[in-house]
Amino acid sequence: MNAQAAAERAARQSYGRLLAWLAARGGDLAAAEDALADAFAAALVHWPAAGVPDRPEAWLLTTARRRLLDQHRRRATARAAAPDLLHQASLPPDPPAAFPDHRLALLLACADPAVDPALRAPLMLQAVLGLDAARIGSAFLVAPAAMGQRLVRAKRRLREAGARFALPEPEHVADRLPDVLAAIYAAYAAGAADGGDAGALAEEAEWLARLLAGLAPLQPEALGLAALLLHLQARRAAGRDAAGGYVPLSAQDPRRWDGARQHEAESLLARAARLGAPGRYQWEAAIASAHAARARLGHTPWGEILLIYNALLAATGSPVVAVNRAVALAEVQGAAAGLAALRRAGRDARLAGYQPYWAALAALADRAGEAEAALQARRRAAGLATDPAVRAFLLRPDAGVSR
Amino acid sequence: MQAMLMIWSEEAAWNAMPPAAQAEAMGAYRAYAEALREAGAMVGGERLLPSASAATVTLRDGAPQVLDGPYAETREQLGGYFLIEVPDMEAAIRWAARCPGAAHGRIEVRQVWQMPVAA
Repeated sequence: MNAQAAAERAARQSYGRLLAWLAARGGDLAAAEDALADAFAAALVHWPAAGVPDRPEAWLLTTARRRLLDQHRRRATARAAAPDLLHQASLPPDPPAAFPDHRLALLLACADPAVDPALRAPLMLQAVLGLDAARIGSAFLVAPAAMGQRLVRAKRRLREAGARFALPEPEHVADRLPDVLAAIYAAYAAGAADGGDAGALAEEAEWLARLLAGLAPLQPEALGLAALLLHLQARRAAGRDAAGGYVPLSAQDPRRWDGARQHEAESLLARAARLGAPGRYQWEAAIASAHAARARLGHTPWGEILLIYNALLAATGSPVVAVNRAVALAEVQGAAAGLAALRRAGRDARLAGYQPYWAALAALADRAGEAEAALQARRRAAGLATDPAVRAFLLRPDAGVSR
Repeated sequence: MQAMLMIWSEEAAWNAMPPAAQAEAMGAYRAYAEALREAGAMVGGERLLPSASAATVTLRDGAPQVLDGPYAETREQLGGYFLIEVPDMEAAIRWAARCPGAAHGRIEVRQVWQMPVAA
């Protein structure tokens, strides 16, 4: 393997681990990032000539720590701040061969109350995966420069707030975990916007959820979120036909679902259930699991799905959940009942620009025999679609007939 | 704030599209404009005639010069625009991502300059 490939592999596999360790030691995320970036740059200069070291991770860590120390010394000298130097001097001189994984602490710190909730997911993606502002900005539909500035400000706020990058007590992990889960879910939603699953960010969010489930194996909702995202990702490829056309879930061929991912999701969900504390992510994963059961049963167990949606709606009051519940209701009690529930949900102004709401309205109105309402809703859904395949599907002359 | 969404696309690619595909694209634009209107975001928007019909005017040493076509011969031409009213740049970018032209061309998003209010 050449130096470039070795550095890239190290980046992918250990960026978050290295950064979490450095931040835990220095308490400054931005400084840790700079030091780590310097270390990767140094690796690209030295490894081609001197050869890739036996333990690239340890090499990167040592180099980054030296840079961090230099930074601290310069700043400490400028401010004549002795405490910084004393703190640094108290650190062990060399990293141990196997350093502890602080990524859970890093994820929790990114969800610190000092950080704007909308910036938590972008911050995690940068800190744990090393994604750049341009890539993150594209996924969240923000101009790269604006996203870059916001991330810099968020890191400054974290420093000013004295955010801890060291692992908190287990009870504090449980307190802060919901914010981490919400941020990862938001990242997935950004990547899979409008149901098109076009964004590669969905994969990164799935990776984060899996990581979190591994780091916090006794937190049922962490397992639930990982199960949910694995289920959603398992269906992703089946959401497109050979010509790139959009295929709705009900028309998907179960043989095209990713069985390995579904299996992993089921085992995570079973482990979560054994912990005896249900929650919204476990419920959503259970719904996804019921959809996956069509591969086995030959039909979708809509009754079961409706029951879970009832519980989920009662717990969250989310308008998006209300839309999905109405669709399930239509399968169980008929299109008219589903349509009535959907229209009640539609009184929530937040749904006015929500493309799946209009698509669902079009489908149910069509089934209830309201052709004109169906046509209008379908065009509204098409106008709000970001994914060209979804838009083309909605504008197909026969879109109302075949679902 | 107001933002201008400028649709840059290859005229040649459009011209090469079969009529059915052109009709489909026009349907997509109609649906998009309708969604903008329903959201109360539409200020205005028009499709432009092909750039070959354009004239470029300059004044040099006080004398007008008129040239055929657009100012620069780039691969992509300005094919139309939407002027929208939105809360912020992010909302403008969200609408740009929904614009059918984003899939085959580029949508340039520019905030409209606001006349500073005299204190």
